[in-house]
Amino acid sequence: MKALVSVKRVVDYNVRIQVKPDGSGVATDGVKMSMNPFDEIAMEEAVRLKEKGVVSEIVAVTVGSAKCVETLRTALAFGADRAIHVVEEGEVQPLVAAKALVAVCGKENPDLFLLGKQAIDDDANQTGQMVAALLDRPQATFASKVEIAGTKATVTREVDAGLQTIEIDLPAVITVDLRLNEPRYLKLPDIMKAKRKPVENTTLGDLGVQAAGGLKIVKTASPAARSKGVMVKTVDELIAGLKNKGLL
Amino acid sequence: MQMTHEHEQIAETTRKFVAEQINPHLKDWERDGMWPAHEVLRAMGKLGLLGIAKPESVGGLGLDYSYQVAFAEALGTCDSGGLPMAIGVQTDMATPALANFGSAELQQEYLAPAIAGEMVAAIGVSEPGAGSDVAGIKTTARRVGDEYVISGSKLWITNGTQADWVCLLANTGNDTSGHGNKSLIVVPLDAKGVDRHQKLDKLGQRASDTAMIFLDEVRVPARNLIGEEGKGFIYQMQQFQHERLFLSASIVAAMERVIKDTATYTGQRKAFGKPLLDNQVVHFRLSELYTELEALRALIYRATDDVVAGKDATLLCSMAKLKSARLARELTDACLQYWGGQGFMWESSVAQFYRDLRLHSIGGGADEVMLEIISKRLGFVGKRRTY
Repeated sequence: MKALVSVKRVVDYNVRIQVKPDGSGVATDGVKMSMNPFDEIAMEEAVRLKEKGVVSEIVAVTVGSAKCVETLRTALAFGADRAIHVVEEGEVQPLVAAKALVAVCGKENPDLFLLGKQAIDDDANQTGQMVAALLDRPQATFASKVEIAGTKATVTREVDAGLQTIEIDLPAVITVDLRLNEPRYLKLPDIMKAKRKPVENTTLGDLGVQAAGGLKIVKTASPAARSKGVMVKTVDELIAGLKNKGLL
Repeated sequence: MQMTHEHEQIAETTRKFVAEQINPHLKDWERDGMWPAHEVLRAMGKLGLLGIAKPESVGGLGLDYSYQVAFAEALGTCDSGGLPMAIGVQTDMATPALANFGSAELQQEYLAPAIAGEMVAAIGVSEPGAGSDVAGIKTTARRVGDEYVISGSKLWITNGTQADWVCLLANTGNDTSGHGNKSLIVVPLDAKGVDRHQKLDKLGQRASDTAMIFLDEVRVPARNLIGEEGKGFIYQMQQFQHERLFLSASIVAAMERVIKDTATYTGQRKAFGKPLLDNQVVHFRLSELYTELEALRALIYRATDDVVAGKDATLLCSMAKLKSARLARELTDACLQYWGGQGFMWESSVAQFYRDLRLHSIGGGADEVMLEIISKRLGFVGKRRTY
């Protein structure tokens, strides 16, 4: 069984995000970048499935600038066997990424397509669903447990009301949630081995995908700063304060 | 020194290990004056963190020393200064001579398990009567048949209460005046005649255990000698270069953290109607210290480049050691002052590093020893005097 895992390079979760002064986006110059944490969970799941003997080959894929090869190297250090880099220097919107990933699926024919439920940069939460729709294959989003048996996957999903368990036919798209697993530490020998694993380069053009997306980003702004709190000494004072603000 | 993706990944694994496996326990270890060396080092060994620049034949990664410097810097994210030092003993103080000059057999017996994290190592140079004055050690190792019989005592031995073996410097000749009579010998610490029950009470670095070790007619096989008899002093001087570079790199992150914590604290703490940080004397001083820290980092990277290129890096390693130790004292003292009363509290991060980093001007060759080496290398004094 072959697993394809898509990984995205994002601003590291520890970095305090700064909006560019002209509002055109988020500052990334000189900022630490890492693999999207949800994609790490997807990689970890693929590696665990391989260790269990369910998956025989893991292919990592990314769509993005030349620097994204570092994210692929991280995926290879996790345990991917090889990687595919769809090089695109410009902005990659969810639908463009989805079309590129669908084209890669067309060549690779994976039984399982794993990815994070969303990326922590734009929080779009769209790519996995779009890939499934374009492939016309089943999808299981927000997975917190994945079990593969034969040509079926049983997936526990985190939904608003609690947990939902569904069974889907493979090939399928599974987007993973936070509680699925805890990604491992990358071992140093694996980090060095990753350097020698193959990375295949391709482009949106090669895959027959148009780079332009349908969305236009109008403006990026920081959330309004929180106004200063007031300390109250008694419950009466608290109630009076809430009434005063028209909240009670 | 260029930071590649692999350097960054090694640092990332190290930082993650520190954040999840070390920092949550440090309060307990500080209180107990003891860290679970076997447990922590075994976990680090499994990740491949203990033999980055050691040969692959003994389970290392065989990488150049720049990767080790990336590791040392990342270790500096520990919440206490005691752990990077204790771990550094294993990777850069007790093991370089064994890796460079030890026999294959001795390496398999002691170095390979140290790299795997199955054995804890210590370095035994200092004595009650000789610290930075290495030539003045009194411990003797007599050759009797196929064994060395060792007597003496070693002081301030990091990891000393729990180490499995010590890389010990001893006098092997009758002439105790010069350098040519010293040898490095691997001594298993469960050997008969070893007493190391005395745990020392220290000003700082309290999370790591430090011991005094007595050796009374301790017999070890002659094959435990590292390299050649009589070359121990030279081996130790070479081993010191790794130790000193490691020590310098291992405290950069701690100093950076102290500056940032100080900026955070003084940015929130108000006095006379405005945050302390708004006072020019405070933010100018922090900026000045940060500038010095970046200059130190550049010096460490230059020394690393020389080590990687196989050049004699003694001058730059000594300068890095001197500057890092001096800056640590200046920086933690200056920052503690701006914290006021809170800085004098035992649990504040600035007080922690004020205590812990103080050792760096003493251990691994005192500042004054570094100045003597630098003076000689620059030709100001000694045999190579050129002025």
